[in-house]
Amino acid sequence: MEYSAKVIEHFTNPRNVGEMDNPSGVGEVGSPVCGDVTRIHITVENNRIKEAKFRTFGCGAAIASGSMCTEMVKGKTIDEALALTDELVAEALGGLPAVKMHCSNLAAEALHKAIEDYQAKQVAEEA
Amino acid sequence: MKQVYLDHGATTPVNPDVAAAMIACLQDHFGNPSSLHGFGRDAKQFLDEARTNVAALIGAHPEEIIFTSGGTEADNMAILGVARAMRKKGNHVITSAVEHHAVLDTCLALQKEGFEITVLPVDAYGQVHIDDFERALREETVLVTIMHANNEVGTIQPIKEIARMAKAKGIIVHTDAVQSVGKIPVDVNELGVDLLSVSAHKIYGPKGIGCLYVRKGTKMLPLMYGGGQERQRRPGTENMPGIVGFGVAAAIAARELPAEMDRLTKLRDRLIAGLLALPAVRLNGHPTERVSINVNACFHYIEGEALLLALDMRGIAASSGSACSAGSMDPSYVLLAMGIPPEIARGSLRLTLGRGTTAEQIDYVLGVIAEITEKLRAMSPLYNPNKG
Repeated sequence: MEYSAKVIEHFTNPRNVGEMDNPSGVGEVGSPVCGDVTRIHITVENNRIKEAKFRTFGCGAAIASGSMCTEMVKGKTIDEALALTDELVAEALGGLPAVKMHCSNLAAEALHKAIEDYQAKQVAEEA
Repeated sequence: MKQVYLDHGATTPVNPDVAAAMIACLQDHFGNPSSLHGFGRDAKQFLDEARTNVAALIGAHPEEIIFTSGGTEADNMAILGVARAMRKKGNHVITSAVEHHAVLDTCLALQKEGFEITVLPVDAYGQVHIDDFERALREETVLVTIMHANNEVGTIQPIKEIARMAKAKGIIVHTDAVQSVGKIPVDVNELGVDLLSVSAHKIYGPKGIGCLYVRKGTKMLPLMYGGGQERQRRPGTENMPGIVGFGVAAAIAARELPAEMDRLTKLRDRLIAGLLALPAVRLNGHPTERVSINVNACFHYIEGEALLLALDMRGIAASSGSACSAGSMDPSYVLLAMGIPPEIARGSLRLTLGRGTTAEQIDYVLGVIAEITEKLRAMSPLYNPNKG
């Protein structure tokens, strides 16, 4: 299987690895039993993603997409972040092997869940 | 960058003496061994010599060796050839859950032909139990095919006991010995098997050549029809460079086996001890009943392909039972059959040693693995250092 140079680069030097003490939202997708797991923490300020961090249990593609997705989303508005898809993350990585597209490209989905978590908290606070 | 090859279970580098003999065969001894003339007789001598060397490595008679295109063809020939030849006697075949796909998929093909297949379970070490085997025996059982040593975890199966029990009932016994020949002593009479598969490229010979040992008197239909080569059991002009290379590789393997087995067992155990000293690592397979070259371990909270990739970045060639690398998300069926939970099985790493492996390499690899696993764990959402 061939990974792009960009995937290898992000796998070797992943950006934004970790978690936050007081995140605005947390999203996690996947299951270790049957696939990869990606967890994303975000902080939101003035309707913009200020910071994003990820942790991944998974193959090279899963780690690289966590790194790339958290890079791409920083500074974006909530709406812009929600428009970020797994396909766009894969594209920014110079493409992913076909078998990896579905099983290992989870970062954007985790990000969307983190945003949902943030939005749910907002609603709860307002109520 | 330093390069360390620890994937000898996948394939081995061709020994220089093997390569030299193959080149001489291609350039100076091109004759067809079936020809009557001098060129043919010259080639025939090389064919006979190779057969003698391969036979000697496994304690067989030269005329019991059928050269094939490799281990997969040998397995297919044994299983399909014997089952089809014995069909009138019965339609039941016994195998195990941890066989190589060359055996498992061939058994599935037999199932489509109307055979019934019993797949024996294995224990936590990957070993078949003789009492499970005894219970699986039927009146209609005609063939047993169980590997000698497992390709993923290196576990050695109790073939001698299985063969003794099967032979008492007139059942034919095949073993895939691709991972054991050249690593541990293999003698067809000591084991008591009727058929045994060998591959050349696992013993520093070329790819594309192997053999099936067929005990004299064993009924077996050929897979192909054509000329009279290989006693009509495998027609077609012989792959002479491959056979000559296989012969030289077999002679070297026989000569070096005792000392190499001792040396590699020590290195293997050094590697195992080093890995087990790291946090959250488990050894897969039997601690002692395993081939001298095999180490297989699971690293909790880490996915195997990420580990492989990180090792590759550091010049270390290894493999993983993690089928993720083979294009699916399913963990190794061998590890699952051993009862290892899928999320643990997904973090497996196979390191297989060989002639070029040194103690210095082992220590270097242990250092790199310690570094890499720490980094990958820090990245893993499953890992909580406070919980351990």
